[in-house]
Amino acid sequence: MSEATPLLQVKKLVKKYNNKTILNGIDLTVDKGKVIVILGPSGCGKSTLLRCLNGLEDIQDGSILFAGQELIDPKVSWQKIRQQIGMVFQSYDLFPNMTVLENVLLGPIKVQKRDRAEALAQARELLQRVDLADRENDYPRQLSGGQKQRIAIVRALCMNPEIMLFDEVTASLDPEMVREVLNVILQLASQGMTMVIVTHEMNFARSVADEIIFLDNGNICEAGHPEDFFNNPQTDRAKQFLNILQF
Amino acid sequence: MLNSGINVLFEGINMQRLLMGLLVTARVAVFSIIIGCTLGTIIGVIRTSKSKIIKMVFRIYLELFRIIPILVWLFVFYFVLPADFNINLDAEIVSIIVFSLWGAAEMSDIVRGALISLPKHQVESGKAIGLNTIQLYWYILIPQSLKRTLPSAINLATRMIKTTALLVMIGVIEVVKVGQQIIEHANLKNPTASFWVYGFIFFLYFIMCYPLSKLSQRLERKWAS
Repeated sequence: MSEATPLLQVKKLVKKYNNKTILNGIDLTVDKGKVIVILGPSGCGKSTLLRCLNGLEDIQDGSILFAGQELIDPKVSWQKIRQQIGMVFQSYDLFPNMTVLENVLLGPIKVQKRDRAEALAQARELLQRVDLADRENDYPRQLSGGQKQRIAIVRALCMNPEIMLFDEVTASLDPEMVREVLNVILQLASQGMTMVIVTHEMNFARSVADEIIFLDNGNICEAGHPEDFFNNPQTDRAKQFLNILQF
Repeated sequence: MLNSGINVLFEGINMQRLLMGLLVTARVAVFSIIIGCTLGTIIGVIRTSKSKIIKMVFRIYLELFRIIPILVWLFVFYFVLPADFNINLDAEIVSIIVFSLWGAAEMSDIVRGALISLPKHQVESGKAIGLNTIQLYWYILIPQSLKRTLPSAINLATRMIKTTALLVMIGVIEVVKVGQQIIEHANLKNPTASFWVYGFIFFLYFIMCYPLSKLSQRLERKWAS
């Protein structure tokens, strides 16, 4: 890939449910190694945007380019693309019928058809990195929310994705568990992982983001460097949003 | 006990005949349950398809078996097929076919219900790691829904065992029919024969169904959490 080609590029993306417009012509560029944080009030379409990037939602207009390849094309196999786009959701979505290790290895072995020993070594190393090496034979029900979410991140990472999408991954966690999950994401950022993150944790957004996108009513209201956005928001809508949060 | 009439059970080869009748009952039930549950699971998976036509076809199939009594289905297969289509089938085979189709219809509804009750996020996180539809069902959705279907599936199995009593009507010599024959033969000499024979059959059904119903109760309690 040449330096000039962004890893992910969204052009004029339009998403409608029935006749309600959720996303109204979004443009977004994610360069390799960058962390984009999407902020905005509830129902502004942030999660929907993320889901569109992984093909979980169909879109009505616009295009999504991944490493220069157009994804909005009936010939494109999302199954292949998804192996390169890791996604972690708000709900702890581990498969309850499998142990931690089976959860992590399902993708690498069954989808990517990798060698078991090699995938296992990587899985163990990743589990080590999130401090859960000793839980590999546990079932999800034996883990706390924060632990499950860290495993879900490991499961996505074990596919060796080019980019990671985080959809409000701490939103349903108890406060004391938020930190352990955010630390894992911060660690990834420092290792140069490309990420698009939807979150409500403002301090975290500020420290992890290379760029903040502020979404409202399906439009990008404001985009820029986190310091600029938090210290000197340009639009009224963004000022209002940040004011409410400074409780 | 001397003149109570219980000896009707032990006269000649009566006990042996009753147990042979039970074997026929059990044979029809076991084959139908196995075929019905397997076929029903497959149909249940197919019924979660988005296609309206597929959904409707299997919905009609299910409703036909719910609305029309099993006895009528037995008659259709046993009397109408040979007369109008020249297909002659042994009564026991007809029974297995009808019961399997019935079991599959009911089972498909149980499996479908369990599958659609799984959280949507299970599907999405499966897709997110690149699983295709078959892998998604095989590794994630079917194993998880199996747990939810077991109590209802066992309940269905006991219903199928009990309904085999209808097979008398198309001439299958199963346990109830054997009982009737023994009673007819003994009734003149032994007025309480029917009490003892039917009582014994009651007991036989009980020992077939009670363990199953207990098992389903235990599983339900165990998996309630």
